[in-house]
Amino acid sequence: MNNPYLPYPVRIRSVVTETEDRNLKTFELVFLRPEDEARFQYMPGQFAELSVAGLGEIPIGIATSPTEKGFIKFTVNKVGKVTHHLHNMSPGEVMGVRGPLGNWYPWEILEGKNVVIVGGGFAFTTLRSSIVYMLHPENRARFGDISVVYGARSPGLLLYKEELAEWERRKDINMHITVDSTNDPTWKYNVGFVPAVTKQKAPSSENAYAIVCGPPIMIKFTLPVLTDLGFPPDRIITSLEMRMKCGIGICGRCNIGTEYVCKDGPVFTLEKLSGLPNEY
Amino acid sequence: MAERYISKEKFTRILDRLMSRYRVYGPVFGGMYHDFEVLKEAGDADLSFRNTRLSPKGLLHPHSERMFEYSLAKDDPEAGIVKEAAKEYPATLILGIRPCDARAFQLVELNYVTEAFQDPWWRNRRKAAVLVGLACNEPCESCFCTTAGTGPFDETGLDILLVDVGTGYVARAVSKEGGTLLGSMEGDAVPSDLTEESARLQRKAEGQLGKQFNVDDLKSKTVSELFNAPFWDEVQFSCINCGTCTFLCPTCWCFDIQDEVYKERGDRIRIWDSCMFPLFTHHGSGHNPRAQKLQRVRQRFMHKLKYYPEKYKDGIACVGCGRCVKHCPVNIDIRHVARLMSTSCTCPA
Repeated sequence: MNNPYLPYPVRIRSVVTETEDRNLKTFELVFLRPEDEARFQYMPGQFAELSVAGLGEIPIGIATSPTEKGFIKFTVNKVGKVTHHLHNMSPGEVMGVRGPLGNWYPWEILEGKNVVIVGGGFAFTTLRSSIVYMLHPENRARFGDISVVYGARSPGLLLYKEELAEWERRKDINMHITVDSTNDPTWKYNVGFVPAVTKQKAPSSENAYAIVCGPPIMIKFTLPVLTDLGFPPDRIITSLEMRMKCGIGICGRCNIGTEYVCKDGPVFTLEKLSGLPNEY
Repeated sequence: MAERYISKEKFTRILDRLMSRYRVYGPVFGGMYHDFEVLKEAGDADLSFRNTRLSPKGLLHPHSERMFEYSLAKDDPEAGIVKEAAKEYPATLILGIRPCDARAFQLVELNYVTEAFQDPWWRNRRKAAVLVGLACNEPCESCFCTTAGTGPFDETGLDILLVDVGTGYVARAVSKEGGTLLGSMEGDAVPSDLTEESARLQRKAEGQLGKQFNVDDLKSKTVSELFNAPFWDEVQFSCINCGTCTFLCPTCWCFDIQDEVYKERGDRIRIWDSCMFPLFTHHGSGHNPRAQKLQRVRQRFMHKLKYYPEKYKDGIACVGCGRCVKHCPVNIDIRHVARLMSTSCTCPA
């Protein structure tokens, strides 16, 4: 059995600055060894530990979809030691990836269902993975209507802007992009907080599941809206963050009650979460 | 399983020979207290000890361990690639491990070696180790092993159990590996009076250990009920978050992973960590789900007595060794907390 703590070596292929505050960059990584790439079989919703020799590891959601071959990408917010260093790394440099880790959105259950995605800020990474996955020609027919509410504080803070515009033009996905406020006169999408826009667009809960990812304050105000729309707790799915080290349920720090966020999560239904201590 | 009587004199000679086949750890008195150390001579082991200050968990999960190494030299084509550090797993014999501490290895293993993931370093060291335990004839005042589901003569986690009957040891093979090892030791059939003496010592030791709380009662309340119980405020009041309890505990397995760099080479190391420390759960964003002392104290007891049994359906993550009770600088007592958790009484027991 492989050593589950050993990262696969990868090379940075490209670095894209996503947001106007330059705090979020997307790193495209390619595996140095094809056998590692073959082993790295993941599903949307999973995460990986990004490893920088000399600095350490950080748990980051996988932003690519398994339908995108030949590379994986991660969008990283600049907050600490490893992420600051990462933001200064350039294409061509070698780092490591360990994973895939954790569970994923319940794709087996979502099959044949309408999917409502509600995202805020930079928590849109595994949601991007999910959208790309569902929109893939081989997968699109497996899902019903797809609706997306995605918001950021301002237009410049939205992730993946080109793709958002592309999805806006498609007929097989209902996009509701929003910003908290803007003085950009050319802004052609919604203005308003994510919970308010969700309420206004009122995606049907009929045969539907909601996937919600975002800052705690957004989640807090979005959950009652979804409940009002008729989503029961077992059909509201979210993904949590925690300080992690091992990523495989051993080192002991990321538990909420009995559950390790790294191994038993990061994806939980609201039903499951409501049975756990409120400590996250 | 096989049983033998080995006189103390003979045992020292046997130990001498075993030291050429095994790396033998035993309780060594260091001036202040006993700890497990590699024996240089058979006589180094002091089997008259009560228990070691530190639990033997460090023999399988060292306090700090080099996991990986890497080069950071600019001209090294492999620079930045994290690689496994060379390690050896010599055949190891842990002599004199107490039954509670051996049982703790089993409890930790449920977390370290699972279907999904196996911690290679723990697994390899555990596989290379044979446990020759020593029954506790004189349990400490802080011991509560029988309450916690093990006992002073519990064989469960051992390969061989030794019982000190004065002039020598009654050695009982518990596992197949223990049987082979015992077979290689010279010894005599156990005289019936010593069999009786061993049983008497067991009754006496067990008799000294009262029932401190009822493990089954811990199941009577839900995680939420216990999590939100009012008594945590009282329990946490005097705690200074020093981490002594987690450091000494044989079932506290948490660790941190850090990179250490010296010039152009670096190591990724893991080092014991503790849920008593705020940094343990501190997010990069600044958010901390266990920023309050109460939350950390509650986590330790809930993990041992509620989360672990719920998750692994096996025992509690406590073997009653009593180290945390004995060495807590502010006298927080897990037996008292367990009573609070298993009854509705919030008065001091």
